[in-house]
Amino acid sequence: MRRLPRILKAVRRTALQAVPTVIGIVILNFFLLRLTPGDAADVLAGEAGAATVETLSALKAKFGLDLPVLQQLGGYLHNLAHFSLGVSPRYNQPVAALIAARLPNTLSLMGSALALALLLGITLGAIMASFAGRPADRALSVLSLLFYSIPSFWIGLMFIVLFSVKLGWLPSGGAETIGAGLTGWGAFVDRARYQVLPALSLALFYVAIYARLTRGDMLEVKAQDHVRTARAKGLPPLAVTRDHVLRNALIPVTTMAGIHLAGLMGGAVVVETVFSWPGLGRLAYEAVMGRDFHVLLGILLLSSLLVVVVNAAVDILQAWLDPRIEVR
Amino acid sequence: MTVKLASHQAGAFGFNGWSVVLAGLLTASFALLSPHALSAARAEAPQPVRGGVLRFLVEHEPSTLVTIAHTAGPTQRVSPKVTEGLLTYDLDFKPRPALASEWSVSPDGLSYTFKLRQGVKWHDGKDFTAADVAYSIKLLKEHHPRGRGTFASVTAVETPDPATAIIRLSKPAPYLLTALDANESPIVAKHIYEGTDPLTNKNGSAPIGTGPFIFKEWVRGSHIILDRNPDYWDTGKPYLDRVVVRFIADQSARSAAFETGELDLAGGPPVPYADLARVSALPGLGVEKHGYEYAGRMTQLYFNFERPILQDRRVRLAIAHAIDQQKLLDVVYFGYGKVAPSVVSPNLKAFFDPSIEPYGYDLKAANRLLDEAGYPRKADGTRFPLRLYANPFNTQASGDFIKQSLARVGIPVDFQFFDFSTYIQKTYTGRDFDLTLESLQNLFDPTLGVQRTLWSSNFRVGLPFSNASHYSNPDVDRLLEAAAVEADLQKRRQLWFAFQKIVYEDVAALGLIATDGVTIFNRKVKNHTIGVTGVDASFADIYIEK
Repeated sequence: MRRLPRILKAVRRTALQAVPTVIGIVILNFFLLRLTPGDAADVLAGEAGAATVETLSALKAKFGLDLPVLQQLGGYLHNLAHFSLGVSPRYNQPVAALIAARLPNTLSLMGSALALALLLGITLGAIMASFAGRPADRALSVLSLLFYSIPSFWIGLMFIVLFSVKLGWLPSGGAETIGAGLTGWGAFVDRARYQVLPALSLALFYVAIYARLTRGDMLEVKAQDHVRTARAKGLPPLAVTRDHVLRNALIPVTTMAGIHLAGLMGGAVVVETVFSWPGLGRLAYEAVMGRDFHVLLGILLLSSLLVVVVNAAVDILQAWLDPRIEVR
Repeated sequence: MTVKLASHQAGAFGFNGWSVVLAGLLTASFALLSPHALSAARAEAPQPVRGGVLRFLVEHEPSTLVTIAHTAGPTQRVSPKVTEGLLTYDLDFKPRPALASEWSVSPDGLSYTFKLRQGVKWHDGKDFTAADVAYSIKLLKEHHPRGRGTFASVTAVETPDPATAIIRLSKPAPYLLTALDANESPIVAKHIYEGTDPLTNKNGSAPIGTGPFIFKEWVRGSHIILDRNPDYWDTGKPYLDRVVVRFIADQSARSAAFETGELDLAGGPPVPYADLARVSALPGLGVEKHGYEYAGRMTQLYFNFERPILQDRRVRLAIAHAIDQQKLLDVVYFGYGKVAPSVVSPNLKAFFDPSIEPYGYDLKAANRLLDEAGYPRKADGTRFPLRLYANPFNTQASGDFIKQSLARVGIPVDFQFFDFSTYIQKTYTGRDFDLTLESLQNLFDPTLGVQRTLWSSNFRVGLPFSNASHYSNPDVDRLLEAAAVEADLQKRRQLWFAFQKIVYEDVAALGLIATDGVTIFNRKVKNHTIGVTGVDASFADIYIEK
C-alpha cells in the first residue's frame, strides 16, 4: 500500500500544473477566436435577413463586443475567477447551463465509443496476433485498414441507410424517443437503441488503431523471455496470452486511449451532426458558426480540463498495469 | 376556413367617411375566385380529424422562440405556433383575421384601426387586450430588426377601449398591412415584457402566447414540444394534440429521417435540391412549392461600383449576357424556381414589372461589349480578373456556375466561398469583392426587401445586407423614397415599375433566380400550406388523416 500516498502526490502535482496550463489555454483560445472574421452580433444581424445600424450597434453593445479586446479578455477572466463561464449572446443562457445540459450526452457517447473501441480493438488485435500471418490475420488486417480509412460521417450515413432506412431496426437520429415519457429500464433501452449507431460510427476508427497496436505489441511481447518461461512451466496457451502477453501489451494501448479521448471529442462533432445527437460537439460546431465565443471558450476550457484529468488517470492506470512504472 | 366576419360589421366600422374594410365578404369573395384558395378548399373538403402528433422538422435550432426582437428563419418557423399576430395572409396575400377580427385604413394612410378578438386569453390565463397590442408594436419598433423600419413612422398606438387599437403614423407606410403576420410582427403579452429587456426576457425560451399551441419544453440540441391549447379562441382548433419540433443539422440525415418515416413535415427545402426528386418520390410523401411568397426568395448578383471596371455599364451588361439564367436554374437549382428578369421577384406579383425580359444569354454580344469597353482579350485569352463571393445560402455550385460562365467571355473569376459569418464580414465590412452572389429575400414588400440594396442612403459599411454595391443613382433614390410613402396601391406599383426599368437599363444589379421554397410533407398531413407563410403559420388548421 506504499502506492497510495504516491498517487495522491501525483494528483496534487497534476492539479498544480493544470492551473497555469488551463489559463494559458484560455488566453490562447481567446486570441485565436478573435482571428476569425465576424462576431456573434454580425451573425445575429445577418441571420435576421435585415438589420439597421441601430440593431447592430445595440447588439454589439449588449454583448460587450464593442469593448477593446484586452478589456473583453479581462472581463472573461474575471468571470472565470468567479467560476462563471459567462452568458451566451446567442442562446441568452449561462454558458455553464448550456454545457451542463449537453455534457452527459457527449460523455455517454464518448464513453461508450471508447469502451466499444477498446473491447473490439483489443479482441481483434488478440485474434490477429494469435493467428499472425494466417488468413484470419490477413482478413482482419484488411478490415481494420478499412475502418481506419473510412471517414466517420460516411460510415454513419451508411449505418443509417442500412439499419434505419432499409432494415428499420434502429432510429436514424436523436438521443431518445421524444415525448415518450419512459422511465427506468424502458428509458435505458430506448436510449441505448439511439446510441448504438453513433457510438459505433465514432468507435470504428479507433477499433482499427487498437487492433493494430494490440497485434504489434503482442507479437513483440510474445518473443520475450518471460513468455517463454510461462509456456515452459506448462501454463495453458489462453492463460499465457491473457496474463502474460496481453497485459504487457496493453501499456501502449492505454496511452493511446488517453490521447484519443480528446480526439473523440473532435470526432463527436461530426458524428453528433450526422445523428442529430444533442451533445457538446454539435454545440461547439454551432458556436463556431454563430461566432458564440463564450460558449466555445467554455467548451474548450472543459476539453482541456478533460485532457489533463484523463492524462493523470492514464498515468495512474499504467502504474497499476505495470508496477515498474513510477507515478511521478 | 377562418373567414367568419359578417357583412353588417363593415357598415358599423365606417371611419373618416370612407373606409377600406378588407375583411369579411371581400376576402371571402376573393378567396373563392382564386385558384389557390380553390385547391385549398378542395383539400379541406373532408372533415378534419382531431388528434395526433405532428413531427415537424426545423433544420437548425432556433436561438429564441419568439420573433419579437429576432427574425432568423428557424425562429420564424416556431414562433407563430405559440405567439400570434394581428393578421394572417392567404395564398393571394389577402389579409385574414387573426387576433384582429376587423381592420380599416384611413384614406390618407395615416391611421390603422384594429378591432380585436374578444375573450382571448394568454396561456397563463390573463386576458389579451389592446394594451398588449400597443406594447408589442412599441417593442417591434424599438427592437425588431425589421420592425425598426416597418414601424418607424408610428407616432402612437391608441387604445380607446380594450378591444380597439389604432396605429397612428406620421407618414404613410403602405407595407404595414402586409407586415402583421405572426412571424413578422408577433403580439406578445405586456405583463411579461414590461420593464424587461426583450432580448433577454425569459419568454424567448419558454414563450407564453395566445396561439393554438402551448409551449411545453425545449431540450436544447434535441427538440421542442408544443401541446394543444384546449382554450384556443378558434373553438375546435387546433386539431393536433401536439407538435414535436426536431432539429437536424445534417442534410443527408434529414433525407434519412424522411425515408424512415420519422418526420411528417418540413419546410426549406429541408434536403438538397439534388435529393428532392428521390425523397419526394417516396411513397406517402408529397412536395408543396407554395407558402414561401411571404419571404420572396431571390438569388441576385451585385456589382461593386467602387471598382472602375464595373462602373462601365458595358462591362455589367456583358456579364449579364454571359450568364445563362435558364441553365443556372436547371443545373444548379434543379428547376426549382423562376428566372428573374428584374431585381423584384416575379412572385411579388403586385410589384413585379412583367414587361421586363431577361437580358438573354448572348456570348457574342458579351464579347463585343467587353471589346468596346476597352478590355480586349490578352494573349492568354483573358481580359481582366474579378473576385466573386457567394452567400452560402446559395450553394457553392451557383458560384461555380457564374465562374464558368464568365470564363467563357475571358473573365477569370477568383471565386471564394465562406461560411455565413465570414461571408457577412468579408462582404459588408471587408468589401474586397467585385461581384457577390447574394441571396436576399424580397420579403412581402419590396420597400423592405429590395430598397435596402440599391438605395444610396443605405450604403453603410459593416451593416449586413445593406447597399454593399455602393450603387448610387438619384433617380432610383427618388423612386424608392416615393414608393415607401405612397399610400395608393396603383401609384405605388407604377413607382416600382419605373424603378425596375431604370435598374434594368443601368444594369445596376442582376436578379437571377427567384428560388422556390419546397415543403415536404407526409400525405396524411392536411392543411399544412394555407397561406403565404406556409409552414411558418400557426398550424391551427393542420390535421392528420387517420
